[in-house]
Amino acid sequence: MNRTEIETLVRQKLFEIAPDLEGEPIDPNVEIRAQYDFDSMDFLHFVVALHKATGVEIPETDYPKLANLNGCIDYLTSATNR
Amino acid sequence: MSEFLLPSLGADMEAATLVEWNVKPGDKIQRGTIVAAVETDKGIIDIELFEEGVIDALLVQPGEKVPVGAVLATFHSDGETAAPPSSETITVQTPAASQPVIENAPAPVAQATMPTTERQRISPAARRRARELDVDAEQVVGSGPHGAVTSDDIEKFAAAAEAAAVKVPAAKAAAATAAEKSAAGMRRVIAAAMARSKRDIPHYYLSTTIDMTAALTWLTQQNADRAIGDRIVYAVLLLKAVARALAKAPELNGVFVDGEFRASSTAHIGVAISLRQGGLVVPTLRDVDRKDIATLMREFNDLVERARSGHLRGSELLDSTLTVTSLGEQGVEVVYPIIYPPQVAIVGFGAIVERPWAIDGMLAVRRVITATLAADHRVSDGHRGGRFLAALDRLLQQPELL
Repeated sequence: MNRTEIETLVRQKLFEIAPDLEGEPIDPNVEIRAQYDFDSMDFLHFVVALHKATGVEIPETDYPKLANLNGCIDYLTSATNR
Repeated sequence: MSEFLLPSLGADMEAATLVEWNVKPGDKIQRGTIVAAVETDKGIIDIELFEEGVIDALLVQPGEKVPVGAVLATFHSDGETAAPPSSETITVQTPAASQPVIENAPAPVAQATMPTTERQRISPAARRRARELDVDAEQVVGSGPHGAVTSDDIEKFAAAAEAAAVKVPAAKAAAATAAEKSAAGMRRVIAAAMARSKRDIPHYYLSTTIDMTAALTWLTQQNADRAIGDRIVYAVLLLKAVARALAKAPELNGVFVDGEFRASSTAHIGVAISLRQGGLVVPTLRDVDRKDIATLMREFNDLVERARSGHLRGSELLDSTLTVTSLGEQGVEVVYPIIYPPQVAIVGFGAIVERPWAIDGMLAVRRVITATLAADHRVSDGHRGGRFLAALDRLLQQPELL
């Protein structure tokens, strides 16, 4: 998947967890948890959704790399193009 | 013939509005069948019927508000005779009922507008902007995905209204949006319960700071071997430890009703779950002391998902014997919770933070959490509460035994 496709996917999965975010601008460099009031369950659901959509295994130790939108895109782009 | 009554889903519930029926006359029902969804101050709740039988008649139409104890439907079990057809029988198309039809009505009856079970999709930012611009958001057609109302929609609506010199109804003066009504209703319920609690229950508070290093290390090791969908969050460890610690202080696990304490033999933990649209619900996780961590995680996950999508069942809002709340995700270090009557205790957890910690006379940095117990002094005293917190601490130092 290319970076644009990954970004579309990540945004879609974000909105599945938080439908109230659709249509709102997302700052790609601000922490998702703080920006969108995600708690640990929201974040777990988000990671599970990304895994299911991409097949990428995301160990817990890599969670900090998915802290913001750009981090998610970089991580998944790298993982899907190895 | 038997009657299905609107159950009370909480001490402060007086009435509810029927949102939709999930059954129709002639449907067979099993114990636990979800027969309808009702809207209360706690949000939309699925209600179950705990008998077997066949639905005879639906007596309340969607959109109708009825008091607790009102007859919603009639049904008959095997061996009972069915109820005779009634002029008040309501036929609805389920599950996504449209306008209800009243059969054999003696005179034309205005059909109640079916309230939408699809809440208006509007972001918190758009809602804030609507308040700032004095726009009634319900008047705005959304251009966002799936019809969501965005901030841009609100701005354009306000500008168009100004250009047309149309008075936009003040958000305060106009009818509140469904979401705002729901939030306001929920706030009333919480306010009534908390005011009663502070008035009637002599609270005492104890807190302790617990080294979470062992628990978090164990959790990390566990999750490394688990599929991503089976990972466990630390909140579930806390719930299990609380449930097990109650064995050291059974006076904290039960309800105070009619002037006496009724202890529970098992721990049904009320779990405070915040909602994205504001407010919170406290569904019950049952038999927490008797279930393994993996099972608790699955059930906790299911409760959170259904709480946030508005699909909790009525039975899940009852019978909790103690509540656990956590504000750690909001960065709060210490919680001073208020007991939810008729329970006699509540446990609050703060954030997991790194702190200097003395170990065998040496200074180290540990990840710690502060647990606070609020308990009813009519039932227990500080000694019991202290035993509970000490047990909680010990259990979290040996998470493999939880």
